[in-house]
Amino acid sequence: MDLFIGQLFTGLSTGSILLLAALGLSLTYGQMGVINMAHGEFIMAGCYTAYVTQQVVGDAGVSLLIALPIGFLVGGAMGLILEAVLIRHLYHRPLDTLLVTFGVGLVLQQVARDVFGAPAVNVTVPEFLRGGVDLLGATVPKTRLFIMALSIVAVTAVTLVMRFTPAGRRIRAVVGNRDLAETAGISSRTVDAGTFFIGSGLAGVAGVALTLIGSTSPTTGQSYLVDAFLVVVAGGMGRIKGAVVAAVALGTFQAVFETYSTASLAKVGVFIVIVVFLQLRPQGLFTLRTRSLA
Amino acid sequence: MPHRFTFKARDLARVLAASVGVIALAATAACGSKAGEETADVESCVDTSGDTIKVGALNSLSGTMSISETTVRDAIYLAVDEINAAGGVQGKEIEIVAEDGASEPTVFAEKAEKLIREDCVAAVFGGWTSASRKAMLPVFEDNDSLLYYPVQYEGLEASENIFYTGATTNQQIIPALDYLAETGVKSLYLVGSDYVFPRTANAIINAYAADKGIEIVGEDYAQLGSVEFSTIVNQVSASGADAVFNTLNGDSNVAFFREYANVGLTAAEMPVMSVSIAEEEVGGIGVENIEGQLAAWNYYQTIDSPANNTFVEAFKAEYGADRVTSDPMEAAYNSVYLWAATVEKAKSFDVADIQAAADGVSFDSPEGTVVIDGENHHVTKTARIGEISADGLLYTVWESAGPIDPDPFLDGYDWAADLSVTE
Repeated sequence: MDLFIGQLFTGLSTGSILLLAALGLSLTYGQMGVINMAHGEFIMAGCYTAYVTQQVVGDAGVSLLIALPIGFLVGGAMGLILEAVLIRHLYHRPLDTLLVTFGVGLVLQQVARDVFGAPAVNVTVPEFLRGGVDLLGATVPKTRLFIMALSIVAVTAVTLVMRFTPAGRRIRAVVGNRDLAETAGISSRTVDAGTFFIGSGLAGVAGVALTLIGSTSPTTGQSYLVDAFLVVVAGGMGRIKGAVVAAVALGTFQAVFETYSTASLAKVGVFIVIVVFLQLRPQGLFTLRTRSLA
Repeated sequence: MPHRFTFKARDLARVLAASVGVIALAATAACGSKAGEETADVESCVDTSGDTIKVGALNSLSGTMSISETTVRDAIYLAVDEINAAGGVQGKEIEIVAEDGASEPTVFAEKAEKLIREDCVAAVFGGWTSASRKAMLPVFEDNDSLLYYPVQYEGLEASENIFYTGATTNQQIIPALDYLAETGVKSLYLVGSDYVFPRTANAIINAYAADKGIEIVGEDYAQLGSVEFSTIVNQVSASGADAVFNTLNGDSNVAFFREYANVGLTAAEMPVMSVSIAEEEVGGIGVENIEGQLAAWNYYQTIDSPANNTFVEAFKAEYGADRVTSDPMEAAYNSVYLWAATVEKAKSFDVADIQAAADGVSFDSPEGTVVIDGENHHVTKTARIGEISADGLLYTVWESAGPIDPDPFLDGYDWAADLSVTE
């Protein structure tokens, strides 16, 4: 099959995976400035949600579709608990938040190990997603097309919520100028909790989707954490559009580099691109221009 | 004029001379103590006075390799229980001290040191990745202890302090290549995890292929634990190779075979010969993704022999009827029995006595009779090619005429003469 077209789709696919993993982080880190190192573990929780749902429901196709909203709720609930118990007290101490959430991540990994066992568990891919589709001369696996579609749906949903719903407007107000929003009667604490809920819920959805591609084990989340942060930082904090562009760009770069060298060198190449880019434009691709003093 | 400290040339010379002197002294002191450490007899703290003798079980119970290594630990425990039930070794009950290598070579080295120095074990059973073995090698050599390593590996090693009960290349990889060549494979794509075993194995495969006229159309490495195989599978598919030789390890195999199946490749048109996929891994990958593919080992659960039937039954009775037995598990099981047999022959737990008595020690293992080669510390093994079938087990489709003598440095192969020992 045509290698170039295949790699193009690989780039888009990798980008969509990065986007799913980073979308939630773009809300919690990008908009709230909270460094949640346990984001990877929320993704892992989504993976195990899909596994448990499949154990209960049995049919792989049905369980996948049910697991998506359940994964959102599970991730969101975990985020809500984390926010209420720990992060709420550390809002102006980003380094402490980093350490605390890192510890929480380790604890969650061990919980997963104790509950599900250390080895990877198999989540069966549903029949309708097996095999590939011939597109422009390349065979693209259906699972990857599903993930691409899911990421588009997720971005669209988040954008619509942000733009047209009252809750979304409140979130944007708090992100734009927290103090002014509070004087307008918006409880920034409630809004923060809501943002964290949505962001972590998206991580859960990402986890469910990722069971189609990789293995589900307690350390699954770790593979996506650093990439998610890179996407958010390179895309510009607080802008979903930035995350989208950055994710697709990084995915494509990685696919292109990998074609001509090894996976390790491709990662190095991507990091170098990001470092150089951030030297030239430290604020990321798209920035949020506000009048707030914070 | 205020008195200022002026750094004259002669001061500089003095400072330089003093520095050189200090460095020289420090170096000789360090070298002196190091030489002292090497030549002085390392006191073994193994306590053979009581009714029990301690051994170490060092396996990855967490991390990317845990899917494979927890099974090896179970086999070690089974062997120890059986030997204890039969009266122990030299009349002493074996006591296991277990540690977690956490899939990190540095942790393996650290835990090995702890087992030898603090727990004073007579021998350690474990390790899996060659990276972990390479990290543990200096620990065992410096402390003059014994490691029994149960996994197939890339050869080119024969330490006095390690016994290798898994296959070396001429007992696994080379017979696999012979089998592929016999079935008419003319071009190969090599896919492996990026560490010492796949790199060295592929170097050997390249030398073999050059000699036999097989074309290597591609060679790709993925990071250990990587689950992103889209690019590699795309390249494999585009290459049109006759077969793929797979040296991936751990969770990577799950992602690789899923991607391979999703892109439309099949075992019939482009078979994958794997050396790290055994009965245990098949479940995690999903039988539907891997049915019909090939593996190269020396043992399969489906081997029909009295010794194996007893072993499989005992294992399932101990750990559950849905558990499976694999080659590294069987090799680990054998390693405990081989150690016990060597101790009985030497009538001592002392490392030097065991090394002296090891040659010719044999055990009627589930894979057949295995015999230790005292010179290179490997064992004789029969090579078997297996096919993964719909029930998730591997069935032998070809086996070597008899047990193959271990040749870790490939001295018996002309085409391997140029291969250097990679440290």
